[in-house]
Amino acid sequence: MQNLGIDVLFKGTNMMRLLGGLWVSLRISLIAVLFSILLGVPLGILMSRKSRIIRAITRLYLEIVRIMPQMVLLFIVFFGTTRVFGWNLDAEVASVIVFSFWGCAEMSDLVRGALISIPKHQYESAKALGMNSLTVFVFIILPQTIRRLLPLSINLVTRMIKTTSLVMMIGVVEVLKVGQQIIEANRTSSPNAAFGVYGTVLLLYFIGCWPISMLSKYLEKKWNNV
Amino acid sequence: MSIIELKNVSKTFDAKKSNIHALSNIDLCVEEGEIFGVIGLSGAGKSTLVRCMNLLEKPTDGEILIDGKNLLKLSNRELRLMRREIGMIFQHFNLLMQRNVLDNVCFPMEIAGVSKAEARKRAKQYLDIVGLSDKAKAYPVQLSGGQKQRVAIARTLASNPRIILCDEATSALDPQTTGTILNLLKQINKEYQITVVVITHEMRVVEEICDRVAVLDHGVLAEVGDVKEVFKAPKSNAAKALLLERKIKQLEGDVANDI
Ligand SMILES: Nc1ncnc2c1ncn2[C@@H]1O[C@H](COP(=O)(O)OP(=O)(O)OP(=O)(O)O)[C@@H](O)[C@H]1O
Ligand SMILES: [Mg+2]
Repeated sequence: MQNLGIDVLFKGTNMMRLLGGLWVSLRISLIAVLFSILLGVPLGILMSRKSRIIRAITRLYLEIVRIMPQMVLLFIVFFGTTRVFGWNLDAEVASVIVFSFWGCAEMSDLVRGALISIPKHQYESAKALGMNSLTVFVFIILPQTIRRLLPLSINLVTRMIKTTSLVMMIGVVEVLKVGQQIIEANRTSSPNAAFGVYGTVLLLYFIGCWPISMLSKYLEKKWNNV
Repeated sequence: MSIIELKNVSKTFDAKKSNIHALSNIDLCVEEGEIFGVIGLSGAGKSTLVRCMNLLEKPTDGEILIDGKNLLKLSNRELRLMRREIGMIFQHFNLLMQRNVLDNVCFPMEIAGVSKAEARKRAKQYLDIVGLSDKAKAYPVQLSGGQKQRVAIARTLASNPRIILCDEATSALDPQTTGTILNLLKQINKEYQITVVVITHEMRVVEEICDRVAVLDHGVLAEVGDVKEVFKAPKSNAAKALLLERKIKQLEGDVANDI
Protein backbone atom coordinates (compact mmCIF):
# COMPACT_ATOMS: atom_id res chain seq x y z
CA MET A 1 0.00 0.00 0.00
CA GLN A 2 2.98 2.26 0.63
CA ASN A 3 3.37 3.22 -3.00
CA LEU A 4 -0.31 4.10 -3.47
CA GLY A 5 -0.04 6.57 -0.63
CA ILE A 6 -3.28 5.61 1.04
CA ASP A 7 -1.60 4.89 4.38
CA VAL A 8 -1.44 8.60 5.30
CA LEU A 9 -5.21 8.63 5.62
CA PHE A 10 -5.02 6.29 8.55
CA LYS A 11 -2.52 8.43 10.42
CA GLY A 12 -4.00 10.34 13.32
CA THR A 13 -7.32 12.03 12.56
CA ASN A 14 -6.63 12.48 8.85
CA MET A 15 -9.68 10.57 7.67
CA MET A 16 -11.94 12.46 10.05
CA ARG A 17 -10.48 15.75 8.82
CA LEU A 18 -11.14 14.76 5.23
CA LEU A 19 -14.74 13.87 6.05
CA GLY A 20 -15.02 17.18 7.90
CA GLY A 21 -13.86 18.88 4.71
CA LEU A 22 -16.47 17.01 2.72
CA TRP A 23 -19.11 18.22 5.14
CA VAL A 24 -17.99 21.82 4.53
CA SER A 25 -18.36 21.33 0.77
CA LEU A 26 -21.78 19.76 1.13
CA ARG A 27 -22.89 22.37 3.64
CA ILE A 28 -22.00 25.25 1.32
CA SER A 29 -23.68 23.67 -1.66
CA LEU A 30 -26.80 22.55 0.17
CA ILE A 31 -27.41 25.95 1.74
CA ALA A 32 -26.81 27.54 -1.66
CA VAL A 33 -29.22 25.04 -3.26
CA LEU A 34 -31.83 25.94 -0.68
CA PHE A 35 -31.51 29.64 -1.49
CA SER A 36 -31.44 28.89 -5.20
CA ILE A 37 -34.75 27.07 -4.95
CA LEU A 38 -36.38 29.62 -2.66
CA LEU A 39 -35.37 32.54 -4.86
CA GLY A 40 -35.01 30.84 -8.24
CA VAL A 41 -38.50 29.35 -8.40
CA PRO A 42 -40.41 32.62 -7.92
CA LEU A 43 -37.94 34.33 -10.24
CA GLY A 44 -38.52 31.67 -12.88
CA ILE A 45 -42.29 32.11 -12.57
CA LEU A 46 -41.78 35.84 -13.01
CA MET A 47 -39.59 35.23 -16.06
CA SER A 48 -42.29 33.16 -17.73
CA ARG A 49 -44.51 36.24 -17.75
CA LYS A 50 -44.66 38.24 -20.90
CA SER A 51 -43.42 41.60 -19.60
CA ARG A 52 -40.51 42.80 -21.74
CA ILE A 53 -38.84 44.75 -18.94
CA ILE A 54 -38.75 41.77 -16.60
CA ARG A 55 -37.46 39.60 -19.40
CA ALA A 56 -34.69 42.04 -20.27
CA ILE A 57 -33.50 42.41 -16.68
CA THR A 58 -33.54 38.70 -15.93
CA ARG A 59 -31.87 37.92 -19.24
CA LEU A 60 -29.05 40.28 -18.32
CA TYR A 61 -28.66 38.68 -14.90
CA LEU A 62 -28.56 35.24 -16.45
CA GLU A 63 -25.97 36.25 -19.04
CA ILE A 64 -23.73 37.82 -16.41
CA VAL A 65 -23.83 34.70 -14.29
CA ARG A 66 -23.16 32.47 -17.28
CA ILE A 67 -20.28 34.53 -18.65
CA MET A 68 -18.47 35.17 -15.37
CA PRO A 69 -16.30 32.32 -14.14
CA GLN A 70 -17.41 31.32 -10.65
CA MET A 71 -13.88 31.94 -9.42
CA VAL A 72 -14.02 35.59 -10.48
CA LEU A 73 -17.34 35.96 -8.72
CA LEU A 74 -15.83 34.47 -5.58
CA PHE A 75 -12.89 36.88 -5.72
CA ILE A 76 -15.13 39.88 -6.30
CA VAL A 77 -17.40 39.05 -3.40
CA PHE A 78 -14.74 37.96 -0.96
CA PHE A 79 -11.80 40.25 -1.72
CA GLY A 80 -13.51 43.02 -3.68
CA THR A 81 -16.50 43.90 -1.56
CA THR A 82 -14.72 43.49 1.76
CA ARG A 83 -12.23 46.17 0.71
CA VAL A 84 -14.69 48.54 -0.88
CA PHE A 85 -17.41 48.38 1.74
CA GLY A 86 -15.07 47.62 4.60
CA TRP A 87 -17.18 44.81 6.01
CA ASN A 88 -16.02 41.55 7.36
CA LEU A 89 -17.24 38.65 5.30
CA ASP A 90 -16.64 35.10 6.35
CA ALA A 91 -15.20 33.08 3.45
CA GLU A 92 -17.90 30.47 3.81
CA VAL A 93 -20.64 33.10 3.77
CA ALA A 94 -19.09 34.65 0.68
CA SER A 95 -19.12 31.21 -0.95
CA VAL A 96 -22.78 30.69 -0.11
CA ILE A 97 -23.59 34.11 -1.59
CA VAL A 98 -21.77 33.39 -4.83
CA PHE A 99 -23.19 29.92 -5.22
CA SER A 100 -26.70 31.12 -4.47
CA PHE A 101 -26.28 33.91 -7.01
CA TRP A 102 -25.24 31.37 -9.59
CA GLY A 103 -27.72 28.64 -8.60
CA CYS A 104 -30.62 31.05 -8.48
CA ALA A 105 -29.94 32.15 -12.06
CA GLU A 106 -29.68 28.60 -13.35
CA MET A 107 -32.68 27.48 -11.35
CA SER A 108 -34.88 30.31 -12.56
CA ASP A 109 -33.97 29.51 -16.14
CA LEU A 110 -34.90 25.87 -15.60
CA VAL A 111 -38.22 26.85 -14.04
CA ARG A 112 -38.96 29.25 -16.86
CA GLY A 113 -38.15 26.61 -19.45
CA ALA A 114 -40.33 24.01 -17.75
CA LEU A 115 -43.22 26.44 -17.40
CA ILE A 116 -43.27 27.64 -20.98
CA SER A 117 -43.02 24.06 -22.22
CA ILE A 118 -46.50 23.37 -20.82
CA PRO A 119 -48.85 23.76 -23.77
CA LYS A 120 -51.52 26.43 -23.71
CA HIS A 121 -54.33 23.91 -24.04
CA GLN A 122 -53.47 22.56 -20.59
CA TYR A 123 -54.39 25.91 -19.04
CA GLU A 124 -57.42 26.24 -21.26
CA SER A 125 -59.02 22.89 -20.62
CA ALA A 126 -58.65 23.44 -16.88
CA LYS A 127 -60.19 26.88 -17.16
CA ALA A 128 -63.00 25.47 -19.26
CA LEU A 129 -63.76 23.12 -16.36
CA GLY A 130 -64.41 26.18 -14.23
CA MET A 131 -61.18 26.31 -12.21
CA ASN A 132 -59.67 29.61 -11.13
CA SER A 133 -56.15 30.65 -12.08
CA LEU A 134 -54.64 29.65 -8.75
CA THR A 135 -56.20 26.18 -8.84
CA VAL A 136 -55.06 25.71 -12.41
CA PHE A 137 -51.52 26.67 -11.47
CA VAL A 138 -51.30 24.61 -8.29
CA PHE A 139 -53.05 21.44 -9.44
CA ILE A 140 -52.45 21.30 -13.17
CA ILE A 141 -49.38 23.28 -14.11
CA LEU A 142 -47.14 22.92 -11.07
CA PRO A 143 -47.12 19.10 -10.89
CA GLN A 144 -46.20 18.86 -14.55
CA THR A 145 -43.56 21.54 -14.15
CA ILE A 146 -41.98 19.76 -11.19
CA ARG A 147 -41.77 16.52 -13.12
CA ARG A 148 -39.89 18.22 -15.92
CA LEU A 149 -37.83 20.21 -13.50
CA LEU A 150 -36.60 17.60 -11.07
CA PRO A 151 -34.03 15.71 -13.15
CA LEU A 152 -32.59 18.99 -14.42
CA SER A 153 -32.37 20.62 -11.03
CA ILE A 154 -30.77 17.55 -9.50
CA ASN A 155 -28.16 17.79 -12.20
CA LEU A 156 -27.64 21.41 -11.15
CA VAL A 157 -27.19 20.34 -7.52
CA THR A 158 -24.44 17.88 -8.38
CA ARG A 159 -22.75 20.51 -10.52
CA MET A 160 -22.88 22.89 -7.58
CA ILE A 161 -21.37 20.34 -5.22
CA LYS A 162 -18.51 19.71 -7.63
CA THR A 163 -17.86 23.38 -8.20
CA THR A 164 -17.51 24.05 -4.46
CA SER A 165 -13.91 22.83 -4.83
CA LEU A 166 -13.23 26.40 -6.00
CA VAL A 167 -13.97 27.88 -2.60
CA MET A 168 -10.60 26.84 -1.28
CA MET A 169 -9.22 29.66 -3.42
CA ILE A 170 -10.67 32.15 -0.92
CA GLY A 171 -9.49 30.19 2.08
CA VAL A 172 -12.37 27.89 2.92
CA VAL A 173 -10.98 24.63 4.17
CA GLU A 174 -13.14 22.13 2.33
CA VAL A 175 -12.42 18.57 1.34
CA LEU A 176 -9.89 19.30 -1.40
CA LYS A 177 -7.99 21.78 0.78
CA VAL A 178 -7.83 19.29 3.66
CA GLY A 179 -6.45 16.74 1.21
CA GLN A 180 -3.80 19.21 0.11
CA GLN A 181 -2.84 19.92 3.71
CA ILE A 182 -2.47 16.22 4.46
CA ILE A 183 -0.29 15.73 1.42
CA GLU A 184 1.87 18.71 2.34
CA ALA A 185 2.33 17.52 5.91
CA ASN A 186 3.48 14.09 4.77
CA ARG A 187 5.59 15.18 1.81
CA THR A 188 8.73 13.53 3.14
CA SER A 189 7.35 10.48 4.92
CA SER A 190 5.06 9.33 2.11
CA PRO A 191 5.78 11.04 -1.21
CA ASN A 192 3.06 9.10 -3.00
CA ALA A 193 0.32 10.49 -0.78
CA ALA A 194 -1.00 12.70 -3.61
CA PHE A 195 -2.40 9.70 -5.43
CA GLY A 196 -4.05 8.11 -2.44
CA VAL A 197 -5.44 11.30 -0.98
CA TYR A 198 -6.77 12.84 -4.18
CA GLY A 199 -8.12 9.43 -5.13
CA THR A 200 -9.99 9.33 -1.84
CA VAL A 201 -11.29 12.87 -2.38
CA LEU A 202 -12.59 11.73 -5.77
CA LEU A 203 -14.33 8.84 -4.07
CA LEU A 204 -15.85 11.18 -1.49
CA TYR A 205 -17.28 13.44 -4.20
CA PHE A 206 -18.66 10.34 -5.81
CA ILE A 207 -20.26 9.22 -2.57
CA GLY A 208 -21.74 12.71 -2.16
CA CYS A 209 -23.16 13.03 -5.67
CA TRP A 210 -24.02 9.49 -6.65
CA PRO A 211 -27.07 9.01 -4.41
CA ILE A 212 -28.41 12.30 -5.69
CA SER A 213 -28.15 11.32 -9.32
CA MET A 214 -29.54 7.88 -8.52
CA LEU A 215 -32.53 9.57 -6.96
CA SER A 216 -33.07 11.57 -10.12
CA LYS A 217 -32.81 8.45 -12.28
CA TYR A 218 -35.28 6.67 -10.04
CA LEU A 219 -37.79 9.52 -10.17
CA GLU A 220 -37.46 9.85 -13.91
CA LYS A 221 -38.12 6.17 -14.39
CA LYS A 222 -40.98 6.08 -11.95
CA TRP A 223 -42.74 9.00 -13.60
CA ASN A 224 -42.21 7.77 -17.10
CA ASN A 225 -43.91 4.53 -16.23
CA VAL A 226 -47.08 6.01 -14.83
CA MET B 1 -84.58 32.27 -26.54
CA SER B 2 -81.48 30.67 -27.99
CA ILE B 3 -79.09 29.00 -25.59
CA ILE B 4 -76.06 30.60 -27.25
CA GLU B 5 -76.33 33.93 -28.96
CA LEU B 6 -73.47 35.87 -30.50
CA LYS B 7 -74.19 39.48 -31.37
CA ASN B 8 -71.87 41.27 -33.71
CA VAL B 9 -68.81 39.49 -32.32
CA SER B 10 -65.40 40.50 -33.62
CA LYS B 11 -61.96 39.39 -32.55
CA THR B 12 -58.75 41.01 -33.69
CA PHE B 13 -55.32 39.76 -32.70
CA ASP B 14 -52.53 42.28 -32.54
CA ALA B 15 -49.72 40.98 -34.63
CA LYS B 16 -46.39 42.66 -35.36
CA LYS B 17 -46.94 43.41 -39.02
CA SER B 18 -50.69 43.75 -39.42
CA ASN B 19 -53.63 42.91 -37.20
CA ILE B 20 -55.35 39.60 -37.77
CA HIS B 21 -59.12 39.77 -38.00
CA ALA B 22 -59.92 36.28 -36.75
CA LEU B 23 -63.65 37.05 -36.50
CA SER B 24 -65.58 39.87 -38.13
CA ASN B 25 -69.07 40.85 -37.00
CA ILE B 26 -70.45 37.40 -36.34
CA ASP B 27 -74.17 37.09 -35.57
CA LEU B 28 -75.11 33.57 -34.65
CA CYS B 29 -77.67 31.65 -32.61
CA VAL B 30 -77.44 28.08 -31.36
CA GLU B 31 -80.75 26.60 -30.23
CA GLU B 32 -81.19 24.49 -27.13
CA GLY B 33 -80.87 20.76 -27.74
CA GLU B 34 -79.40 20.88 -31.22
CA ILE B 35 -76.05 19.71 -32.50
CA PHE B 36 -74.51 22.66 -34.21
CA GLY B 37 -71.51 22.37 -36.52
CA VAL B 38 -68.93 24.99 -37.41
CA ILE B 39 -66.80 24.28 -40.45
CA GLY B 40 -64.22 26.20 -42.41
CA LEU B 41 -60.72 25.89 -43.74
CA SER B 42 -57.74 26.03 -41.44
CA GLY B 43 -57.35 29.53 -40.06
CA ALA B 44 -60.95 30.46 -40.79
CA GLY B 45 -61.50 31.32 -37.12
CA LYS B 46 -63.41 28.23 -35.92
CA SER B 47 -61.43 27.76 -32.72
CA THR B 48 -61.54 31.44 -31.96
CA LEU B 49 -65.31 31.43 -32.40
CA VAL B 50 -65.94 28.53 -30.06
CA ARG B 51 -63.44 29.82 -27.51
CA CYS B 52 -65.43 33.03 -27.39
CA MET B 53 -68.46 31.00 -26.34
CA ASN B 54 -66.91 30.30 -22.92
CA LEU B 55 -64.72 33.38 -22.93
CA LEU B 56 -61.41 31.57 -23.11
CA GLU B 57 -60.95 34.21 -25.77
CA LYS B 58 -62.34 37.65 -25.06
CA PRO B 59 -63.90 39.22 -28.14
CA THR B 60 -62.71 42.67 -29.11
CA ASP B 61 -66.26 43.66 -29.85
CA GLY B 62 -69.82 42.38 -29.52
CA GLU B 63 -71.87 40.41 -26.99
CA ILE B 64 -72.02 36.78 -26.03
CA LEU B 65 -75.24 35.61 -24.40
CA ILE B 66 -75.61 32.21 -22.81
CA ASP B 67 -79.21 31.64 -21.83
CA GLY B 68 -79.68 35.38 -22.21
CA LYS B 69 -76.85 36.20 -19.78
CA ASN B 70 -74.09 38.38 -21.13
CA LEU B 71 -70.80 36.61 -20.41
CA LEU B 72 -68.84 39.82 -20.62
CA LYS B 73 -70.80 41.29 -17.72
CA LEU B 74 -70.18 38.39 -15.32
CA SER B 75 -67.78 38.59 -12.39
CA ASN B 76 -64.85 36.16 -12.35
CA ARG B 77 -66.68 33.89 -9.95
CA GLU B 78 -69.90 33.94 -11.94
CA LEU B 79 -67.92 33.21 -15.07
CA ARG B 80 -66.33 30.16 -13.46
CA LEU B 81 -69.72 28.86 -12.42
CA MET B 82 -71.02 29.51 -15.92
CA ARG B 83 -68.08 27.62 -17.42
CA ARG B 84 -69.15 24.52 -15.52
CA GLU B 85 -72.36 24.64 -17.51
CA ILE B 86 -70.38 24.89 -20.72
CA GLY B 87 -68.22 21.80 -21.08
CA MET B 88 -65.41 21.76 -23.58
CA ILE B 89 -63.39 18.97 -25.12
CA PHE B 90 -60.27 19.39 -27.17
CA GLN B 91 -58.19 17.58 -29.72
CA HIS B 92 -55.63 17.06 -26.97
CA PHE B 93 -57.40 15.20 -24.23
CA ASN B 94 -55.58 16.98 -21.40
CA LEU B 95 -55.96 14.28 -18.80
CA LEU B 96 -53.85 14.28 -15.66
CA MET B 97 -51.27 11.64 -16.44
CA GLN B 98 -50.42 10.80 -12.84
CA ARG B 99 -54.03 10.08 -11.87
CA ASN B 100 -56.15 7.17 -12.94
CA VAL B 101 -59.30 7.45 -15.00
CA LEU B 102 -61.67 7.60 -12.04
CA ASP B 103 -59.62 10.30 -10.31
CA ASN B 104 -59.44 12.28 -13.53
CA VAL B 105 -63.22 12.40 -13.65
CA CYS B 106 -63.48 13.13 -9.91
CA PHE B 107 -60.92 15.91 -9.90
CA PRO B 108 -62.98 18.86 -11.18
CA MET B 109 -65.87 17.83 -8.93
CA GLU B 110 -63.61 17.84 -5.89
CA ILE B 111 -62.27 21.26 -6.87
CA ALA B 112 -65.88 22.41 -7.13
CA GLY B 113 -66.50 21.23 -3.56
CA VAL B 114 -68.31 17.95 -4.11
CA SER B 115 -67.53 15.43 -1.36
CA LYS B 116 -65.14 12.62 -2.23
CA ALA B 117 -67.71 9.85 -1.85
CA GLU B 118 -70.31 11.69 -3.89
CA ALA B 119 -67.74 12.53 -6.58
CA ARG B 120 -66.74 8.86 -6.89
CA LYS B 121 -70.32 7.74 -7.12
CA ARG B 122 -71.09 10.23 -9.86
CA ALA B 123 -67.82 9.59 -11.70
CA LYS B 124 -68.69 5.92 -11.94
CA GLN B 125 -72.03 6.78 -13.50
CA TYR B 126 -70.40 9.00 -16.09
CA LEU B 127 -67.79 6.40 -16.91
CA ASP B 128 -70.68 4.02 -17.42
CA ILE B 129 -72.32 6.42 -19.85
CA VAL B 130 -69.17 6.72 -21.95
CA GLY B 131 -68.63 2.94 -21.78
CA LEU B 132 -65.43 2.90 -19.75
CA SER B 133 -66.51 1.37 -16.43
CA ASP B 134 -63.92 -1.36 -16.76
CA LYS B 135 -61.08 1.16 -17.15
CA ALA B 136 -61.73 3.15 -13.97
CA LYS B 137 -58.42 2.10 -12.43
CA ALA B 138 -56.34 2.47 -15.61
CA TYR B 139 -53.92 5.35 -16.19
CA PRO B 140 -54.22 7.57 -19.26
CA VAL B 141 -51.10 6.12 -20.93
CA GLN B 142 -52.76 2.73 -20.94
CA LEU B 143 -55.68 4.03 -23.01
CA SER B 144 -56.17 4.51 -26.73
CA GLY B 145 -56.94 7.95 -28.16
CA GLY B 146 -60.64 7.19 -28.37
CA GLN B 147 -60.73 5.99 -24.79
CA LYS B 148 -58.91 9.09 -23.61
CA GLN B 149 -61.47 11.26 -25.35
CA ARG B 150 -64.21 9.27 -23.59
CA VAL B 151 -62.61 10.06 -20.25
CA ALA B 152 -62.51 13.73 -21.21
CA ILE B 153 -66.19 13.55 -22.10
CA ALA B 154 -67.04 11.86 -18.79
CA ARG B 155 -65.06 14.54 -16.96
CA THR B 156 -67.03 17.24 -18.75
CA LEU B 157 -70.34 15.51 -18.02
CA ALA B 158 -69.43 15.46 -14.34
CA SER B 159 -70.12 19.17 -14.02
CA ASN B 160 -73.64 18.72 -15.41
CA PRO B 161 -73.16 20.94 -18.43
CA ARG B 162 -75.99 22.23 -20.58
CA ILE B 163 -73.66 22.80 -23.50
CA ILE B 164 -70.62 20.90 -24.74
CA LEU B 165 -68.18 22.60 -27.08
CA CYS B 166 -65.94 20.30 -29.11
CA ASP B 167 -62.89 21.77 -30.80
CA GLU B 168 -61.63 19.20 -33.30
CA ALA B 169 -62.44 16.54 -30.71
CA THR B 170 -62.04 13.75 -33.25
CA SER B 171 -59.16 15.10 -35.32
CA ALA B 172 -56.55 12.98 -33.59
CA LEU B 173 -58.56 9.79 -34.06
CA ASP B 174 -58.83 7.26 -36.85
CA PRO B 175 -62.08 7.18 -38.92
CA GLN B 176 -63.61 4.27 -37.05
CA THR B 177 -62.92 5.69 -33.58
CA THR B 178 -64.20 9.04 -34.83
CA GLY B 179 -67.47 7.31 -35.64
CA THR B 180 -67.87 5.88 -32.14
CA ILE B 181 -67.09 9.21 -30.47
CA LEU B 182 -69.60 10.95 -32.72
CA ASN B 183 -72.21 8.39 -31.77
CA LEU B 184 -71.46 8.99 -28.12
CA LEU B 185 -71.91 12.75 -28.57
CA LYS B 186 -75.19 12.12 -30.36
CA GLN B 187 -76.37 9.84 -27.56
CA ILE B 188 -75.48 12.40 -24.92
CA ASN B 189 -77.29 15.05 -26.89
CA LYS B 190 -80.45 12.93 -27.18
CA GLU B 191 -80.59 11.46 -23.69
CA TYR B 192 -79.54 14.46 -21.63
CA GLN B 193 -80.70 17.28 -23.91
CA ILE B 194 -77.21 18.75 -23.90
CA THR B 195 -76.58 21.24 -26.68
CA VAL B 196 -73.46 20.31 -28.63
CA VAL B 197 -71.30 22.63 -30.72
CA VAL B 198 -68.87 20.79 -32.95
CA ILE B 199 -65.96 22.43 -34.69
CA THR B 200 -64.32 20.50 -37.42
CA HIS B 201 -62.68 20.72 -40.78
CA GLU B 202 -64.13 17.34 -41.75
CA MET B 203 -67.41 17.56 -43.65
CA ARG B 204 -68.09 13.99 -42.70
CA VAL B 205 -68.43 14.89 -39.02
CA VAL B 206 -70.98 17.56 -39.81
CA GLU B 207 -72.89 15.26 -42.11
CA GLU B 208 -73.07 12.49 -39.52
CA ILE B 209 -74.27 14.31 -36.45
CA CYS B 210 -75.12 17.98 -36.97
CA ASP B 211 -78.58 19.47 -37.27
CA ARG B 212 -77.40 22.85 -38.43
CA VAL B 213 -74.06 24.14 -39.62
CA ALA B 214 -72.24 27.46 -39.90
CA VAL B 215 -69.57 27.98 -42.52
CA LEU B 216 -66.74 30.34 -41.66
CA ASP B 217 -64.57 31.95 -44.28
CA HIS B 218 -61.65 34.14 -43.23
CA GLY B 219 -63.41 35.20 -40.05
CA VAL B 220 -66.69 35.97 -41.78
CA LEU B 221 -69.85 33.94 -41.36
CA ALA B 222 -70.42 32.81 -44.93
CA GLU B 223 -73.50 30.68 -44.45
CA VAL B 224 -75.74 29.16 -41.77
CA GLY B 225 -78.45 26.59 -42.31
CA ASP B 226 -79.78 23.06 -42.00
CA VAL B 227 -77.07 20.58 -42.81
CA LYS B 228 -79.16 18.89 -45.52
CA GLU B 229 -79.86 22.16 -47.25
CA VAL B 230 -76.31 23.44 -47.08
CA PHE B 231 -75.06 20.15 -48.46
CA LYS B 232 -77.65 20.05 -51.21
CA ALA B 233 -77.49 23.65 -52.30
CA PRO B 234 -74.52 25.53 -50.87
CA LYS B 235 -74.83 29.25 -51.38
CA SER B 236 -71.42 30.52 -50.31
CA ASN B 237 -68.17 29.90 -52.11
CA ALA B 238 -66.60 28.60 -48.92
CA ALA B 239 -69.25 25.90 -48.54
CA LYS B 240 -68.98 24.97 -52.21
CA ALA B 241 -65.21 24.68 -51.89
CA LEU B 242 -65.47 22.46 -48.81
CA LEU B 243 -68.02 20.21 -50.52
CA LEU B 244 -65.89 19.96 -53.63
CA GLU B 245 -62.92 18.99 -51.54
CA ARG B 246 -65.01 16.27 -49.93
CA LYS B 247 -66.15 15.00 -53.33
CA ILE B 248 -62.58 14.78 -54.53
CA LYS B 249 -61.58 12.87 -51.42
CA GLN B 250 -64.45 10.44 -51.95
CA LEU B 251 -63.49 9.93 -55.57
CA GLU B 252 -59.90 9.36 -54.61
CA GLY B 253 -61.11 6.80 -52.11
CA ASP B 254 -63.26 5.09 -54.76
CA VAL B 255 -60.41 5.00 -57.23
CA ALA B 256 -58.10 3.58 -54.58
CA ASN B 257 -60.70 0.92 -53.83
CA ASP B 258 -61.14 0.06 -57.51
CA ILE B 259 -57.42 -0.41 -57.92
N1 LIG C 1 -53.50 33.80 -29.84
C1 LIG C 1 -53.44 34.22 -31.11
N2 LIG C 1 -52.62 35.25 -31.45
C2 LIG C 1 -52.55 35.69 -32.72
N3 LIG C 1 -53.27 35.18 -33.74
C3 LIG C 1 -54.10 34.17 -33.48
C4 LIG C 1 -54.22 33.62 -32.15
N4 LIG C 1 -55.12 32.61 -32.20
C5 LIG C 1 -55.54 32.53 -33.48
N5 LIG C 1 -54.93 33.45 -34.27
C6 LIG C 1 -55.16 33.67 -35.70
O1 LIG C 1 -56.55 33.80 -35.91
C7 LIG C 1 -56.93 33.13 -37.10
C8 LIG C 1 -58.00 32.12 -36.78
O2 LIG C 1 -57.45 31.10 -35.96
P1 LIG C 1 -58.28 29.84 -35.46
O3 LIG C 1 -57.38 29.05 -34.58
O4 LIG C 1 -59.55 30.32 -34.88
O5 LIG C 1 -58.54 29.04 -36.81
P2 LIG C 1 -59.19 27.64 -37.02
O6 LIG C 1 -60.30 27.84 -37.97
O7 LIG C 1 -59.51 27.02 -35.72
O8 LIG C 1 -58.04 26.84 -37.74
P3 LIG C 1 -57.61 25.31 -37.58
O9 LIG C 1 -58.55 24.50 -38.40
O10 LIG C 1 -56.23 25.29 -38.16
O11 LIG C 1 -57.64 24.97 -36.13
C9 LIG C 1 -55.67 32.52 -37.67
O12 LIG C 1 -55.20 33.38 -38.69
C10 LIG C 1 -54.74 32.50 -36.52
O13 LIG C 1 -53.41 32.63 -36.97
MG1 LIG D 1 -58.73 25.33 -34.60
